[in-house]
Amino acid sequence: MTLKHSLTAITLCGMPLMANAGAKDDPLLSMVMVDEFSWVENEDDTYIFEGEAWFGYDLNKLWLKANIERHHGDTEEIELQALYSKAVAPYWDFQMGVRKDLLPNPDQHWAVIGFKGLAPYFFEIDSALFIGESGQTGLRFSAEYEMMLTQQWVLSPEIEANFYGKDDAERSIGSGLSDTEISLQLRYEVTPKFAPFIAISRNNSYGDTVNFLRAEGESANSTEYKIGFRAWF
Amino acid sequence: MSVFDKLLNKSFNRRKFVTGAAATSAAVGLGMSGRLFAQAADYKLPLVLSGDEVNLSIGYQTVNLTGSERTATTVNGSLPGPTLHFKEGQRIKLNVKNNLAHDASIHWHGIILPTEMDGVPGLSFDGIKPGETYEYEFDLNQSGTYWYHSHSGFQEQTGVYGALIIDAKDSDPVQADRDYVVLLSDWSDDDPNDIYANLKKMSHFYNRQERTMSDLWSEVKKKGVEQTWEDRAMWNNMRMSDRDISDVTGYTYTFLMNGATPAQNWMGLFGKDEKIRLRFINAAAMSIFDIRIPGLSMKVVATDGQNIEPVTVDEFRIGVAETYDVIVEPSADSAYTLFAQTIDRSGYACGTLTPNPEWRAEIPEMDRAPILGHRDMGMSHHGSMDHSSMQNDSMNGGSMNHSNMDHNSMDHSMHKGLGKAGMGSNNEIKHAPTEFGPHVDMRAEMPQSGLHDPGVGLRNHKKALGRKVLTYGDIYNLTPTIDRREPEREIQLHLTGNMSRYMWSMDGIKFADAEPLILTYGERVRITLVNDTMMTHPIHLHGMWSELETGEPDYIPRKHTILVQPGSKISYLVSADALGRWAYHCHLLYHMPGMMREVRVVKGKKKQPMMNHHNHHDNHD
Repeated sequence: MTLKHSLTAITLCGMPLMANAGAKDDPLLSMVMVDEFSWVENEDDTYIFEGEAWFGYDLNKLWLKANIERHHGDTEEIELQALYSKAVAPYWDFQMGVRKDLLPNPDQHWAVIGFKGLAPYFFEIDSALFIGESGQTGLRFSAEYEMMLTQQWVLSPEIEANFYGKDDAERSIGSGLSDTEISLQLRYEVTPKFAPFIAISRNNSYGDTVNFLRAEGESANSTEYKIGFRAWF
Repeated sequence: MSVFDKLLNKSFNRRKFVTGAAATSAAVGLGMSGRLFAQAADYKLPLVLSGDEVNLSIGYQTVNLTGSERTATTVNGSLPGPTLHFKEGQRIKLNVKNNLAHDASIHWHGIILPTEMDGVPGLSFDGIKPGETYEYEFDLNQSGTYWYHSHSGFQEQTGVYGALIIDAKDSDPVQADRDYVVLLSDWSDDDPNDIYANLKKMSHFYNRQERTMSDLWSEVKKKGVEQTWEDRAMWNNMRMSDRDISDVTGYTYTFLMNGATPAQNWMGLFGKDEKIRLRFINAAAMSIFDIRIPGLSMKVVATDGQNIEPVTVDEFRIGVAETYDVIVEPSADSAYTLFAQTIDRSGYACGTLTPNPEWRAEIPEMDRAPILGHRDMGMSHHGSMDHSSMQNDSMNGGSMNHSNMDHNSMDHSMHKGLGKAGMGSNNEIKHAPTEFGPHVDMRAEMPQSGLHDPGVGLRNHKKALGRKVLTYGDIYNLTPTIDRREPEREIQLHLTGNMSRYMWSMDGIKFADAEPLILTYGERVRITLVNDTMMTHPIHLHGMWSELETGEPDYIPRKHTILVQPGSKISYLVSADALGRWAYHCHLLYHMPGMMREVRVVKGKKKQPMMNHHNHHDNHD
């Protein structure tokens, strides 16, 4: 037993060895982030919610992620993730857990392994490998950059790409690179916690995804204009 | 008789110890400009308490410093708390009652006293429970300018602090006609727990001076794309900001001078041909100030309560918890602004020294906000060093990739490099294995000595602005060094952290996980602090003096709080002459929970030569 552990043992036996001497350095905290709540200017009258929340400590957190899309007043996509997040390097967290797609039907379950963090040159990276119960696999990669125009105006380009292991006609997913979204967001940080934005995003589909979408009469590529806000508390 | 003469004669006697011109709004503003009307003194100054027994009570107090009412925690209902005024040689009794709903405490900052009187919950005592009174009683064997504050939770941020002045038993080498306490602090309307949580969630939350595209554009215009790209490379690779000066800023803080906001403008009066002693105390939670009085030079006569060989400067930096006494000799035909801008230039505290209560001096513009350089990252500032050799963990690299370090050699080197007392350390810089991991984002590879560095934002002031700025290298004790022994060993301690996760530690180990640093009673040690962060940290050792090695063994100045410059190192000697358990920590309030150690002075065999921080860590393995 190391000295440190023996001290802990003594403390547990009731000796007041644990000095507070001030405040707790690593209190249990929680953070709820609305990364995007937006209305999309398109024929589908689309609303998008992308949010995250965490509970925990400096190095270990329970991390929740949610993506919800509504079209014409109907919720058509709900994706939820519950992850254990562990800091593994100064700027990187390893995340592991489960993902459940409640919509579109039928629902789908995945195991998730990913890395989230800040790459050199200040690119915010969120990447995840999904392994579905059906044997489907997916890889999602997103990178975001913040250009401070002023202390409050921020121009933020973002790219997201999805890859899949095999075709899934039911969900209009083709294997390989399936779709990308490249967006440019201009936001005004009224406070560090609240920022309304406008954004333009270009969505492209590739490979069999294009064929599946066309077969359903949907467009494979689109340019969208969004208005919304990001917030955290 | 003019209003001025009346005030001067009625309110103050020559040589009387005063805390400032109190609420005299009736006299202020007559026939003056609208701006001065608005500044009628509406602040309440703390009382001065003396005597052998003083009753203090910590409680809640409604204050309004920003236009909104908030509940402060105060001592005897004032913010700052009462100024305690004693005489060297006195045995004083301080009965501190806690009227808060939480545990409280008072620590007598800089006073040499028995460990159970030091007021640190968990080390000195159990803290003062709600409704209870703790009776502090101790001898005052020193004189000078000190202060007191809570050592519980974040109570210091919300008002539990005040000045503690001790007159010399014998004649004071510092003679003045008038004597003012100038206590600086920072106030936020936000709950300090929320400030701490905000920093944990978004470490740059309060930084409103971040690098923008227009900064980049002006650099590109000046230096060209290629050079700019090269200059930015280190910062981009390290994912650090050269504009990261203060964690908590004027975005939430209102800076106070003797409890008065800049709008309220604290005022100190003086008469013709008077010498004024100003006792600057930095009682802020997180704010380092740069002080000057446009039009006056300042003769610095003491720091941290201890008299020094007088040195005349135009400007000096005061770290959190430090004190500086200066003498000024203003001319009676003008008012002067005491200007205390924060290190990041996000705001200032100010007040007025004036022979006439109706006069105000101009408030100067703040200087430019500092921008960090290679030196502040602990790199050679000659630019000859390859950037890639800077240690900064990437995703895969680094975390345990330090096999090139020979740990076995560390202990041996400790002996041969032990420089002479007063001259500082020659030892090699070693990073302990505990400094590697997700909790530490950088390590200074080539830390420079911080001794002659005025600090970020002050470095070019002599050349650019004609202001002489005080450095630690200018400070020599007024009287000869008392303990003339050479240090027997050296403890190298690294100040570490991860800015973006807002985690702070020493040697990569936070207080909650750290073992005490053991000193043997009677030994004389050198502590070398290495700042592996790009923040300026004021480090405070309780119970014993930190004898700063400024290069003159015969006149080593004694301090209680030492500023450690970003990416730099500094050394001081400690005589372990006080048995017991002592706190040793960064005095930035939101760094303190992690960046702290218990120093335990124990009776023992004369020497424990193997005890240094490296084998200290080996205990973990």
